[in-house]
Amino acid sequence: MDFWEYLDSRHQQLLTDAWQHASAVFQCMVLATVLGVLIGVVTYRSGWAGNLATTTTSTILTIPSLAMIGLLVPVVGLGVPPTVIALTLYGLLPIVRNSIVGLRGVDPTLVDAARGIGMSGPMRLVRVELPLAWPPILTGIRVSTQMLMGIAAIAAYASGPGLGNEIFRGLASLGSKNALNQVLAGTLGIIILALLFDAAYVLIGRLTIPRGIRV
Amino acid sequence: MSDTATQGASAERSASAERARSDGHGASIELENLTKRYPGSPQPAVDNVSMEIKAGETVIFVGPSGCGKSTTLKMINRLIEPSGGRIRIGGEDVTDIDPVKLRRKVGYAIQSAGLFPHMTVAQNIALVPKMIGWSKARIRARVEELLDLVGLDPGEFHGRYPRQLSGGQQQRVGVARALAADPPVLLMDEPFGAVDPITRDHLQDELIRLQHELHKTIVFVTHDFDEAIKLGDRIAVLRERSHIAQFDTPEAILTNPADDFVSGFVGAGAALKRLNLTRVRDVEITDYPTVTVDTPLQEIFLLLRSSGTNEILLLDRRRRPYKWLRRGDLMRARGSLARAGTLVHDTVTRDATLRDALEAVLTDNAGRVAVTGRRGEYTGVVDMETLMNSVHELLEADRLDAMEHQHELAEIRAAQTHAEQEGEGGGPKA
Repeated sequence: MDFWEYLDSRHQQLLTDAWQHASAVFQCMVLATVLGVLIGVVTYRSGWAGNLATTTTSTILTIPSLAMIGLLVPVVGLGVPPTVIALTLYGLLPIVRNSIVGLRGVDPTLVDAARGIGMSGPMRLVRVELPLAWPPILTGIRVSTQMLMGIAAIAAYASGPGLGNEIFRGLASLGSKNALNQVLAGTLGIIILALLFDAAYVLIGRLTIPRGIRV
Repeated sequence: MSDTATQGASAERSASAERARSDGHGASIELENLTKRYPGSPQPAVDNVSMEIKAGETVIFVGPSGCGKSTTLKMINRLIEPSGGRIRIGGEDVTDIDPVKLRRKVGYAIQSAGLFPHMTVAQNIALVPKMIGWSKARIRARVEELLDLVGLDPGEFHGRYPRQLSGGQQQRVGVARALAADPPVLLMDEPFGAVDPITRDHLQDELIRLQHELHKTIVFVTHDFDEAIKLGDRIAVLRERSHIAQFDTPEAILTNPADDFVSGFVGAGAALKRLNLTRVRDVEITDYPTVTVDTPLQEIFLLLRSSGTNEILLLDRRRRPYKWLRRGDLMRARGSLARAGTLVHDTVTRDATLRDALEAVLTDNAGRVAVTGRRGEYTGVVDMETLMNSVHELLEADRLDAMEHQHELAEIRAAQTHAEQEGEGGGPKA
């Protein structure tokens, strides 16, 4: 059976896996974005807190994903929980770092101007600082998403959802006639999903970055 | 009002301040023993500044960089919290009220405008009115009005982003934003520091015009003394730790600097700078015998012979200066007015500064220049002699004023030192 025939016969299964893969990554990204920006907002004003946040999140990233999921399984069990926790944690670093860098990079004279015309702290954050820091934050989100696409495949190891199942199934039965097709379908599926997400981010950028600061 | 003529610009300025007070546009600002100490530094950054700024007055803080002038300004809207002393705006003590509320009542314009790049011009201007809860229709009308006021076409600039504007235009929008909610007080922190000299000159002229219409109380920080002279009703020359070296009208500071520090800051050519502060209409201009091109030749001959001067001014049909005629000129031209005399190549308007007039007189080969009214019509002549006399009178009057003010300042300072010594002396005993 060649690759195209394989795709044709399994397209139902593949679409379901792809959908679950995308949905897992998307939901974890939303979670990671909220948490990451929140951590950035809380820590960017203080030098040591910001550094601590960046160091912690980058330490998390150095843990091999397989080990991380493996370590989570005894604690939270199989399936969705370890997947969500691992993906969210991995997604944090680029978002936290870019939030801190972005918020710290807002021109101090603009913050001064915002205070000077009578904006309260929260208002300054929402109306001035976050909109100006949004382009780097969005870049962080984009990088995170690409990364999570790959890492999500490992989630199948803990019986998680997604295209990883396809790859693991193929790897487990190496030598059988469909093994290569399975690995190939899973991998290509992930690549296609990553490209689709990236295209979506370009669109989101167009829609959400104000015209005055778009490069 | 009879003394306005001799007092010149200073009288006019205080008159405009007077008007402002009655209209209630501005609000007075009182600083009382204002002090800022930063933790870890032995000397305070601003030390015991006391100052009264009248409603509708433009006061300039000028001084070398690092003298604390900007810190003092930022303490007025409490961007920097004072470590000691009181601030009163319009008689109300604002030292302890919510700083956010205070700042919405005090306009604030800074160097390079500080416009938010992600908002359009209209959104930038609308910020403060929105915060204090104006209706949408009112905000929209106000934005149009302000753009018009600062000389930008509302239709064209309304929806633009700051980066689509030149530096000067950005600064105009910055001023419009500061004025948006019609605050009685406007604080300006080196607002024109980052624009090129020609634009700066324009912006300064615009600010003078605006202030003429609005009568806000303006506190303006700059390190450029010429800017201070041009814009200020009064100038506070500050030295390190914001100590007031002299606080007086530009005229008084130019003619009678309080000490070496101030004169160093005033720089060379104080008398020449002083000429910038008085307009031709404020000094005496002489009347010259004039004829028009339609006057019969016979009459011109008669006038030339009878008048004391050996020169008369020939005006064209719309009474604009046309030619200087000397006694012999008509003879030499064989009675033809078209060929006789020398063309008037330079005139000054009544609104020109004395410096412009002096320039014109110096370049004129006979040392006199015709003064014209609004439509270019002849109103008189200034020459070297009248100019010199006027300048001497002005300088003398300024000097007397300055001595008086300096005396007052010295008294205040003496009282302050006295109070301080009392306080220190009483400390250990208690």
